Parts: sequence; structure tokens; C-alpha cells
Amino acid sequence: MTRRKDWIWGWLLIAPALVFIFLFTHYPAVMTIGESFWSTPRGGRPSRFVGLHNYERLIHDPTFWQVLGNNVLYAVVTIPASIVLAMVMAVLVNRPFRGRALARMAFFTPTILPLIAVANIWVFFYLPGFGLIDQILGLFGIGQTNLLGSTATALPAVMVVSVWKEAGFFMIFYLAALQAIPPQLVEAARIEGAGRWTIFRRITFPLLMPTTLFVSINAVINAFRLVDHIFILTGGGPDNASSLLLFYIYETSFRYWDTAYGATLTVVLLALLCLLAIGQFFLFDRKVHYR
Amino acid sequence: MGDMTGPILEPAATAATRGREIRLEGIAKRWGGTTALGGVGVTVPAGSFTALLGPSGCGKSTLLRIVAGLEDPTAGRVLIGGEDMGARPADKRDLSMVFQSYALFPHLDVAENITFGLRTRGVPRAERRARLGKVADLLGLAPYLDRKPAQLSGGQQQRVALGRAVISERPVCLMDEPLSNLDAKLRQSMRAELRALQRSLGFTMLYVTHDQVEAITMADQVVLMNAGRIEQVASPHDLYERPATTFAARFIGTPPMNILPAAALGATGARLETAAGRALEIGIRPEALRAGAGPWRMQVTGGEYHGADALVEGRIGEAPVLMRVPGQSLPVPGAALRLALDPRDLHLFDAGTGDRVDLPGLAQLIARPEDPAGATGAHAPHPNRKDP
Repeated sequence: MTRRKDWIWGWLLIAPALVFIFLFTHYPAVMTIGESFWSTPRGGRPSRFVGLHNYERLIHDPTFWQVLGNNVLYAVVTIPASIVLAMVMAVLVNRPFRGRALARMAFFTPTILPLIAVANIWVFFYLPGFGLIDQILGLFGIGQTNLLGSTATALPAVMVVSVWKEAGFFMIFYLAALQAIPPQLVEAARIEGAGRWTIFRRITFPLLMPTTLFVSINAVINAFRLVDHIFILTGGGPDNASSLLLFYIYETSFRYWDTAYGATLTVVLLALLCLLAIGQFFLFDRKVHYR
Repeated sequence: MGDMTGPILEPAATAATRGREIRLEGIAKRWGGTTALGGVGVTVPAGSFTALLGPSGCGKSTLLRIVAGLEDPTAGRVLIGGEDMGARPADKRDLSMVFQSYALFPHLDVAENITFGLRTRGVPRAERRARLGKVADLLGLAPYLDRKPAQLSGGQQQRVALGRAVISERPVCLMDEPLSNLDAKLRQSMRAELRALQRSLGFTMLYVTHDQVEAITMADQVVLMNAGRIEQVASPHDLYERPATTFAARFIGTPPMNILPAAALGATGARLETAAGRALEIGIRPEALRAGAGPWRMQVTGGEYHGADALVEGRIGEAPVLMRVPGQSLPVPGAALRLALDPRDLHLFDAGTGDRVDLPGLAQLIARPEDPAGATGAHAPHPNRKDP
């Protein structure tokens, strides 16, 4: 009897949270999966069940493959770059020197700025002719560039912005992790004859692994999730050269109102993120030492 | 527990030649306005077990870190084996160190922790394994070699830290309160093991502790420090028997030595001060106070039963004193005890500087039978022991 009562109480206690998570997370997710098997309703033509038609279309959609390729390249370049940069910055500002607080603040500033504002700053940097980059290049007699406007450089230009933005954020996690390492470990290693590089490779880096796992999962999610700067910088162009998966989903769903195909792309994106997160966890788990 | 009588790293015959002398000359350390060490000079003989003893904050750990090269002195020289260490970094001083927190690498297993230094110095794999085997046997760590530090008990972690220090077979080993994180029972057995380990391997041990029992039981030489200065350098025996200052007298011994103004001993005190030509303080260990037919009187104010013995609280004159008696003979508060004093149990200190005063003919000065000794009244002649 009392067990039954406990059971009811338990459900009542988690009910509010459960309602909201179902309403705003699980219901839309299930609806999206459902929607991907139906056609987009058009004026006078209601939605009808089309089975795997949307997925067939996706497989034959060259833009999807281009955007997916862009996104993979974007992830493969920006994630390691921002993580390495974050680690280097954290190690640099972890040791005492004059103006350390200022350096830490400078490294962290990009994080507190909204991505839209960051993008606006970089639009100025990249501006052909008048931008900071062209002005500096001009001093060396190099002519005008259009980094955001050409298919070859648009995506790398976008990548630079996200590395610049992400590295400072990840640095904070590394800095916290570095400060949690007892200084006696480094001293013991020094007495045992380890140089700076050996200490980093054999002590610091392994002890930072839990942070690296956490940061890299976040970085992967962000690589597929953050597209705000693309709106400001390139609008996905030229010729989809700098378009990423989520940006393509946005365009498909809310610019062309092809909601069924948008739902299909979303399902693919979700599946991809799930796979990556699970994969990362298993890959890293053996190499991570948790204290 | 490791078997200390078992196989040893090196034959004991070479042990004496292995340790190196450590000489500190005028070591000072200042941070901004605060002085941690003010000109410390001491010699640690080769192959000796020397304890740096002192209350917390006395600068003993800083001194150890300066010897290790983890900290630079503001002034002074560190010589190991006659060589000036100067700006030589920690890893070039040919020493090993055990930290209070053990400083084991949490992500490496026991074997990797112990052989860490051998690996960084490029010792070949086969030799690493052979030496690891010996050290693991010596310290009883063989069953745990593939465990991570977090899977070990405190005592086992301590052994791993020891293993890491002794595997490199350095002539000098520094230890910073290595037993303070262990429980009392384990600490006691580790004291004996550490001592045996140091004896059999023959390295020079510089051992920081705030625990007088550790220093007294383990060390050949105790360096007693206080407020960044050295109070006394002596063998444990001399430290107890002939404390050089009132600080040393109070720091060594449980309970500490009673220090009384000379006036508390009435006329005897006055006579001693006249003979010494200065104001004196008189030290008597609680275990040296004995009831007897002497001229002095102790007013009992309380007592503490400890089992084997008991502590009697009381006053001689106005000065509070403690007296150690056998457990079954605890006097009641309010009683007045007559005391007998053996002149050899008295320690005289300069009341101004706190330094020890050696007074020739002390025995005669104490034992004068016509001494009225304040209000103690008539008494039998004090049976005198033979003079030194």
C-alpha cells in the first residue's frame, strides 16, 4: 500500500518537469520524424503520406551533400583548432606574469560577445578595400581581396571567426582544470627530471583529458548548431560555398517553406549528432582518467 | 607491510659511501616584508638521518624546498656533496623527494608512478623492470603494481611515494612530513620502516616534521627551528637532556618542561641568580619532579589520570608546574608535597635571552642544608648525590 503511494508521489513530483520536456522536446522531435514521411502541404493540396520519398530526394540533392561536406570540413578544422588554441592560451595565462588578468580577459572577451556582434566585427575585418585585413595587406602592396565573396575563401573565413569565438570559451574550462592540478605533481615531476614538455605531455595533458572530452563534445554540437554568423557574414554564399547543415535547414524550412524536406534534413542532423556524441564517448572513455 | 629485513637494493657495505653531505650557509628567504628564513646555517652529515623539527610556520618546509631547488633563497648557499648548487635546477641536484600529499600521478598506475623518473631519464626498459621488481618487493607493493593510486589505501600510497624516491638510488632524499596523513598506528610502524630503509640504503635523509616523537625516534640529528631560525642542532638525546634554549626545552617532551622564574625556588633561586650573575629561569621536566625530603613545597591543584602514569597540576611558589607520577599515586588537590630536586635535573636559562646557562658547582648551591627555602620551615638535611 505504502509502496503504491510512494510510486504515485514520485510521479507527481516529476510530473511538471516531465510535461515540459515532452511538450517542448520529445513531442516536436517525434513530430519532426513523422513529418519527414509526409509531403509539404501547399495551397489547396493537403499533406499526404509519401513514405521515404523525402529521403530519396535528399540522397539525390547535390546541395545537401555540398552542405554536409562543408559542415564536416568546418567541424574537422574548427574543433581541433579551437581546442588546441584554448589549451595553449590556458597554459599561457595559468602561469604568473604581469598583466595576467588583462590577458585572461582579452582571451575571454570573444565569448561574452553575441555571435551576431562578433560577425559584425569580422565583416569589417573582411570588408574588401576598406577592411582591416585589406588595409594591412595594402601596406605590403598586396591588392584588394574579397575573402567572403569568393567560393574558395568564404568557408575558411567563416571558420576563422568561429575558432576566434570558441577558443576563449574553451580556455575557461582548461584554465579551471589546470588550477585543479595540484602543484606538487609538477614539482614531483621536476625533481624526477621531467622538462616542461615532458610534464605537459605526461602529466598535464592526461589530467586535462576529462576537460578535453567535455569541450570536444560541446565543440561538435556547436559546429552543427551555431550558424548565426553565417547570416551576417555570407548568407551561405557564394553558391552555397559557406552554407552549413543547419543554415540549409533554415533556408529550406523558413525561406522556401518546404517544411517536410526541412524535417527530413533535421532528422538526418539529429541522427548525425547522436552518432557523434556516442562515438566520442566510447572513443575517449578509455583514454580519460577521471579523478 | 613490507619486510624490511628482506632483500635490499644495494649491499650495506657500500651504504656509508652513498650519502652526500648537505651544507647550508646563511640561507635567508624573504617574501616582500615577511622573513621566512633569517640566515640559517647547518650541516647535515653524509648518510645521516636529520630531522628538521619545528612548529608550523617556522620555515622548515621552505628550507627543504630550497635544498630541493624548488625555491630560490634570497641569500645564502646550498652545498650538496661539497658542490654549490647555486642556480642548479631541482632535477640536477641528484636528490629525490617525498611530498606530504605524496604527489602521486593519479592517471598512472603504481608501476608507472614508481618508474616515472627512470623513464624521463631514459633508463632502458629491462633495467627499469628489474629495479621496479626489487623496490616493489622491498616495500611490499608487488601485488598492486597495476593499480591506480586512487585504488590504494593511504599507507599503500605512502609506500608508492617512497618507492618513487628510492628507486632512483639518489644520495640524498628529502621528505616533507611524509607520515602526517597516516593514522597513528600506521605512522608508528612506518617510522621504524623508514628508519630501517634509510639505514640500509645509506642515503642522506633530510626529514621535515612538526612531530617531536618522529624526530626523536628516527633522527641521528635534530635541527630544531623556530620563527625562521635554528634554535638547536643536536642528537635527540642531547636535545632532551640539554636543551639550548627555553624554546627547545618547552618544545621537546610531553608534557613540556616546567619553566619557573628563579624566585619560585625561594632562597635557592636567589643564590643561583647571584652565582650566575643574572636573572634566571629554571627548567624542570615533569618526570624529574619527585616527592621527597627536600626543602621545596608544591601545592597540588589538580590532576589528570593517564593510566600508566598521572599528571599532577600544582604550584611551586606562584609558578604553575606539572609533575609526572605513577598512575596509582595521584595526590588529592589541596595537598602539599615536599619535593626533592636532583641538581642534575635542573636546567638554567637566562631570563632575558632564553639561552641555557651552565653553572659550575650547581650541586653545592642547591644542596646547602641550612637553607630555609622561603616558608618551608625546618627539614632534614637533603641527601646529596655524588657530584658530577
